[in-house]
Amino acid sequence: MSAYDKLIFELSVPGRVGYSLPDADVPEADPARLLPTAHLRARPAALPEVSEVDVVRHYTRLSRMNYGVDTHFYPLGSCTMKYNPKLNEDMARLPGFARLHPLTPDDATQGALQLMGTLADLLAEIVGMDAVSLQPAAGAQGELGGVLIVRAYHLDREGSPRKKVLVPDSAHGTNPASTTIAGYETILLKSDTNGEVDLLDLERNLDEDVAAFMITVPNTLGLFESRILEITEMCHAKGTQVYMDGANLNALLGITRPGDLGFDVVHMNLHKTFTTPHGGGGPGAGPVGIKEHLEPFLPVPVPTRDGDRYRLDWKRPKSIGKLQSFWGNFGMLVRAYAYIRTMGPDGLRAVSEHAILNANYIKARLQADYDLPYPGHCMHEVVFSARRQKRHGVAATDIAKRLLDLGFYAPSIYFPLIVEEALMIEPTETESKETIDDFCDAMIRIAREAETAPETLLAAPVTTPVRRLDQTLAARQPNLRWTGGPSPTASRSSAAPGPGRSVVR
Amino acid sequence: MQHSVRMRYLSNTADQRAEMLETIGVSDAEAFLERIPAKARLGRDLTVPPALAESELVAHVRALAESNAHAADYACFLGGGAYDHYVPSVINHLLLRSEFFTAYTPYQPEASQGTLRSIYEYQTMICELTGMDVTNASIYDGGSALAEAALMAHAVTEREQIVVSRAVSPLARQVVAAYCAGPRLPIKTVPWADGATDLDALQKAVSDKTAAVMIQYPNFFGCLEDLDAAAAVAHERGALFVVAVDPIALAVLRPPGEAGADIVVGEGQGLGNHLAFGGPYLGLFSCRKELVRRMPGRLVGATVDRDGQRGFVLTLQTREQHIRREKATSNICTNVALVALAATVYLALMGKEGLRKVAALSTAKAHYAAEALGRVPGVSRRFGAPFFKEFALRLPKSPDRVLRALRKRKVLGGIALGQFDRSLRDCLLVAVTETRTRAEIDAYAEALAGVVG
Amino acid sequence: MANYPVDLRYTQEHEWARVEGRRARVGVTHYAQDQLGDVVFVELPKVGTRVRHMQSFGVVESVKAVSDLFAPLSGEVAEVNQSLTEHPEQVNQDPYGAGWLIVIEMSDPKELDALMNAADYEAYLQKAGGGH
Repeated sequence: MSAYDKLIFELSVPGRVGYSLPDADVPEADPARLLPTAHLRARPAALPEVSEVDVVRHYTRLSRMNYGVDTHFYPLGSCTMKYNPKLNEDMARLPGFARLHPLTPDDATQGALQLMGTLADLLAEIVGMDAVSLQPAAGAQGELGGVLIVRAYHLDREGSPRKKVLVPDSAHGTNPASTTIAGYETILLKSDTNGEVDLLDLERNLDEDVAAFMITVPNTLGLFESRILEITEMCHAKGTQVYMDGANLNALLGITRPGDLGFDVVHMNLHKTFTTPHGGGGPGAGPVGIKEHLEPFLPVPVPTRDGDRYRLDWKRPKSIGKLQSFWGNFGMLVRAYAYIRTMGPDGLRAVSEHAILNANYIKARLQADYDLPYPGHCMHEVVFSARRQKRHGVAATDIAKRLLDLGFYAPSIYFPLIVEEALMIEPTETESKETIDDFCDAMIRIAREAETAPETLLAAPVTTPVRRLDQTLAARQPNLRWTGGPSPTASRSSAAPGPGRSVVR
Repeated sequence: MQHSVRMRYLSNTADQRAEMLETIGVSDAEAFLERIPAKARLGRDLTVPPALAESELVAHVRALAESNAHAADYACFLGGGAYDHYVPSVINHLLLRSEFFTAYTPYQPEASQGTLRSIYEYQTMICELTGMDVTNASIYDGGSALAEAALMAHAVTEREQIVVSRAVSPLARQVVAAYCAGPRLPIKTVPWADGATDLDALQKAVSDKTAAVMIQYPNFFGCLEDLDAAAAVAHERGALFVVAVDPIALAVLRPPGEAGADIVVGEGQGLGNHLAFGGPYLGLFSCRKELVRRMPGRLVGATVDRDGQRGFVLTLQTREQHIRREKATSNICTNVALVALAATVYLALMGKEGLRKVAALSTAKAHYAAEALGRVPGVSRRFGAPFFKEFALRLPKSPDRVLRALRKRKVLGGIALGQFDRSLRDCLLVAVTETRTRAEIDAYAEALAGVVG
Repeated sequence: MANYPVDLRYTQEHEWARVEGRRARVGVTHYAQDQLGDVVFVELPKVGTRVRHMQSFGVVESVKAVSDLFAPLSGEVAEVNQSLTEHPEQVNQDPYGAGWLIVIEMSDPKELDALMNAADYEAYLQKAGGGH
């Protein structure tokens, strides 16, 4: 099947224009006469020359090559691909927000500052913390900010940041990566046979050199760490700060709060729990909640209330500084604020209840056909293993590709690392029973196909705009920009591209 | 124990939920929460205001929005890293195609060719503007991109010192400092003279301990830097030369790639994205091809599928956090795909000719404004260095007071520089884009004369 | 099956060493390249670099994984396989021949005693559940 296969540069016709600009209304408009020659560009950048019609048609056709939540169920574990309310898009685009310059003086941005201040308070209440910074641009940056705050705390108290951060082996890759940027050594802790943190391993590794313990709750297996209160106590006995990766917050709203579990720091992903759109990879926003003792170290500036006025407070001598040039991804903050005000306390609680029910329903419907490494109730996501299907030569990646043909996006695969051929499924609360039933029917069909017709799975996907892609060629001969030259060609027949997986040595 | 909430984002009815519980074999959904310690259960409603109906929410949020002094109501002459360039209406319509904005990161490439192709186009266009070999799929913003460049230079050269000009945005420099704290990279700042980096001081600051030399082009004051001279200083000592750019300016200014930059970063907000009170913005990041494997962030590459058809994938992913984990080039997990898409559509619409026009109009109007405002008695240009679309004025009265008075005339006159540098506390930084009309500029000059006179 | 040639010595990190006088040629084993999948890039040290027994000297990158390379022996890097820049697939296709990585001028040949012979390495793989 031949799908649309053009790049915008390939539609270019010399002399064609897509712009509309007024004529110069000032006397001298020639840059060559205004700027020193040494600074002038010799040749214009080779940008496309296309009409507005070309642009609209091209990008509209590109969009139709994507699966999105608005068209497909997205069971990606730990991603919380829930419905993105359109109302929030309108709110973010109000001119009073969209056209507001960040360096406008505080007394002229009271509405924006009030939104930020109120959102910070609402998020603090939801996660049980004393204060929230809205500055981090994404979850990973929230992690970095959180660890830097802990670092500043230890440095301030003890004169040294300490040396290590503990992380469970089921953790998301950003955890050890963020710790490294903050200057720490990452120590991996084993999970026990229940999939929870091995308390003995924790005890063995906890000492006064450990700055923090970073943990996701519920964990990446969808299981709540039942001994969390013990864990936070053990850490605090050594002065170790406990950090919660809030990626799975969708399971906890109105049920329990990180602050009440003993956590000192938590980051939230507004693009997960709080519906801001994923946008094909971003932007996100990763606010960080902290307990009082960490307050002096928050990034600057902090939106602060004085009576009924708001201002940006820069007088924070112990602050870790800035993670972004300005104040945070304000556009995403507006969306999250609108969502929280739309849901109210009952709505937020219902979010988690529905999410947990949906995941357990999937578990019940699929557990006869797929291996369940950790039986027992799950929370908002469930992890299966495609171990059984592997015996027929079908891997998790083949199951994922076949789902694309059956009208679904794939679950997360090969994560967490501690499960062989992992399939991590998070339905979220916004999916209906009918959609979930269709998905389960498809998964069961695939399980049958793995036994009776595995070649169907290995050949998948066949209905998408492209078939399986040669990842090896892409990495061996990186072609990272259009040059007008010939398209890449297969140098040899490709093996099925493998997913990302770390060979742990 | 379940709240029976009927809400438009929750599809399942109470009956359906009861059916599901039956299939699971559980009579009460409380069973799913059994692992949570009883004393950690919240046991009350969240103290969050009750749900608002859509029309109530709109009224409430609108009131918050309308109380701000924004660029649709005021003539905006604010810059300092965020600019009021015109955003063509087409962009919003394309961005709101839900296949773009409700899509996930393109890890399943067969279902994400739309996103992947637009990123490949974006990478190409930024390479063209910067004159560099490779561009990544975007980082969070200009400040964090500069910070990531410092970390990358450290990793590549295995040296520690970061030398950065004080003519680089003070806000971006704070981000660099925050990122350098963990690995304890010492930062040495170099003073400016008459609006541009003091090259003698730069020469003295750089040694064989220097990992990176970082300057901004145009710089925070809007002035043009001598890229060749700075590059020579860096390379003489084996340091990487890092330039932070304004992509609109690069339509007419010399691309740093030609001057020998090793890494080019920048703030791409001006390319088809609104001011949005500071975010989400667009961190540009480009480098020489020899450094591609050390570059943070995502990369999209071209390849073929089983049938030999062209296709696009995320590539060189083994450098990234989800595989390399603690040895990753960075911890970055998202890019700012939607913001980069806006920039891509913008650059496609403007095209080869249009972007040059935007840049030309911006610099033309800025020069006109500098003259008009400089003619107001008591007001003078602060720096002699050539500038692009921003310039600093010295005022005879307190800039904060002047700005407040200007605001009454619906003019957002500029940024009071005293908040960033005490030595410039009598100065205002004024930015002019192609959207400012001559009438607006003349009105500003007139208002200014009235205020300082 | 000659998956694990008997004239080589092996590390627990799946490198092999072939003694050539005072030098040792080093590469990764069949098991390693199989686990990695298609190798796309190899990062190797410069000639003259000092390496230490079981310390990392480089990185091998495949589409789906990335692994550190550990020096079986201490010494100085005498030769580096430059052909891997253009043809990294040699690591998959001929791991004991054209896919060699570096040659080390050994500083302490007694370290060879700490390495496994082919039989021990195969037994080690069986225990780890991966031998074939």
